[in-house]
Amino acid sequence: MKIQKAIKYVGVGLLATLAGSTAGAKTLTLLNASYDPTRELYQEYNAAFAKHWKAQTGEEVAIRQSHGGSGKQARAVIDGLEADVVTLALAYDIDALSAKAKLLPADWQQRLPDNSAPFTSTIVFLVRKGNPKAVKDWDDLVKPGLAVITPNPKTSGGARWNYLAAWAYALKHNGNDEAKAKDFVARLYKNVPVLDSGARGSTTTFVQRGIGDVLLAWENEALLALKEDGGQEFVLVAPSLSILAEPPVAVVDKVVERRGTQAVAGEYLKYLYSDEAQAIAAKHFYRPRNAAVAAKFSAQFPKLALVTIDEVFGGWKKAQEAHFSDGGVFDQIFVK
Amino acid sequence: MSSGKSNVLPGFRLALGFTLLYLSLIVLIPLSAIFVKTATLTWAQFWGTITSARVLASYRLSFGMSALAALINGVFGLLVAWVLVRYRFPGRKIADAFVDLPFALPTAVAGIALTAIYSKHGWVGSLLEPHGIKLAFTHWGVLIALVFIGLPFVVRTVQPVLEDLDRDVEEAAASLGASRWQTITRIVLPAIGPALLTGIALSFARAIGEYGSVIFISGNTPLKTEITPLLIVMKLEEYDYAAATAIALVLLVASFALLFLINVLQAWSARR
Repeated sequence: MKIQKAIKYVGVGLLATLAGSTAGAKTLTLLNASYDPTRELYQEYNAAFAKHWKAQTGEEVAIRQSHGGSGKQARAVIDGLEADVVTLALAYDIDALSAKAKLLPADWQQRLPDNSAPFTSTIVFLVRKGNPKAVKDWDDLVKPGLAVITPNPKTSGGARWNYLAAWAYALKHNGNDEAKAKDFVARLYKNVPVLDSGARGSTTTFVQRGIGDVLLAWENEALLALKEDGGQEFVLVAPSLSILAEPPVAVVDKVVERRGTQAVAGEYLKYLYSDEAQAIAAKHFYRPRNAAVAAKFSAQFPKLALVTIDEVFGGWKKAQEAHFSDGGVFDQIFVK
Repeated sequence: MSSGKSNVLPGFRLALGFTLLYLSLIVLIPLSAIFVKTATLTWAQFWGTITSARVLASYRLSFGMSALAALINGVFGLLVAWVLVRYRFPGRKIADAFVDLPFALPTAVAGIALTAIYSKHGWVGSLLEPHGIKLAFTHWGVLIALVFIGLPFVVRTVQPVLEDLDRDVEEAAASLGASRWQTITRIVLPAIGPALLTGIALSFARAIGEYGSVIFISGNTPLKTEITPLLIVMKLEEYDYAAATAIALVLLVASFALLFLINVLQAWSARR
């Protein structure tokens, strides 16, 4: 008798849990693993997207964010962080998800428009007030006695754009002579007194500690720093040519299949290309892809010639292998 | 613990079993993963990784500065412990608590704070730089960080031994005509020697693996101020897990060998 009763209770309990879990599934959750400086951008975008999703489907969606160095985030996902989408600083880190852990197909970058980068940025210079060293272009950075602050491209994914921008400039101004470009970049890094391990560290070195004459920075971070600083201590200098930094986004197929979040994760990234999201990106100083939105915000971005990594380097894989792998060009300019 | 007699303390088997299980779970299994990952490399790749110019330069910096930092901590840590144990002065309790700060502080915070003080616009850096002395972003910066994080290891291992040391013995030595210097070298130092060695060894081992506090102050210039743990992070950043663990293995084996040597030394000095 007692046993029967107990079984009954257990049964009721089980039913209740089942009911509970199906009810819980109504509120979707999504994890977006991103890199460091996108915190505020996605905070705003997530709220906008949740509203959009609710209007479209009637479902609630809660988006959680995880931020860190781009490479560190990719490694966390490889090691099992259940991120439905990744929004990182460079394609190489998402390639790693595909190559190392088969979490998404190798052609992921073709699945969304514009190389899967809904907004872009570039590399600019931040100099001290009044630009006392009269820094105008990349040429000025290799002059003896000038101190340039940039993170170590071996540890900072974002800093690889800085290096590649300098290389692209040197190639262009030396008739595509690789040896001359190498010499130019070597001279530039000779002027770097501190190679911090990440972009945050470099910004601290330049801004807080007052070290260096020029900080190589992502345009969105430089503009944000200027806005916070109110033009008191720093000035932005746009070089004549720089690289188009394309921070890409991707759905992590293996994770969304397991979690059943394909639809919402796909829409989450697709909606980044909407007018609303493009305007949010522009507000956070990323360059929108959408021409109409870009035109509206064009005043805030300096005009400069932009080259892409595909044009100059043949894509991230090649750039990574040639320049940043063990024994690559970056190693060679230090180890003679 | 002779095998014939049963131990006076109960629960020996249970305790030993638990100890082995616990050590395996917490220490050995994670460490064995390092060997397993490294084993995916061929010998040539392994050797190439651990002997490349940058890695060799980083060993010199990491081991050299760690050893120097441990020795400095040996001298000054002993002094701090001595003062805290032997003298009574106002604020002693607070000074005592300060010793533990490097333990408690997140290492990145320590690194940022040290860099702020020693870089050219910091309190100390701004005084030294006009005289041509650069500390931050040179190998001396690495040393400063390692001394900072290693200090408590020496103080906290030496302190209890000093506290237990009977002052009567020193008084006896003095009354038998020993000079102050003789009392120190013949009576005090032999008694605290093993503890001091342990403290130095711990400080050294900690310094070898230290990352957070060093990378901010070291400047991370290839071949000059790159510590070995930074190179491990670089390999990870290239998704080269095997190469990262290969370098980690070198650190592990070298640290283990040095600690083992120090243990042997200690046993030998205790027997004498």
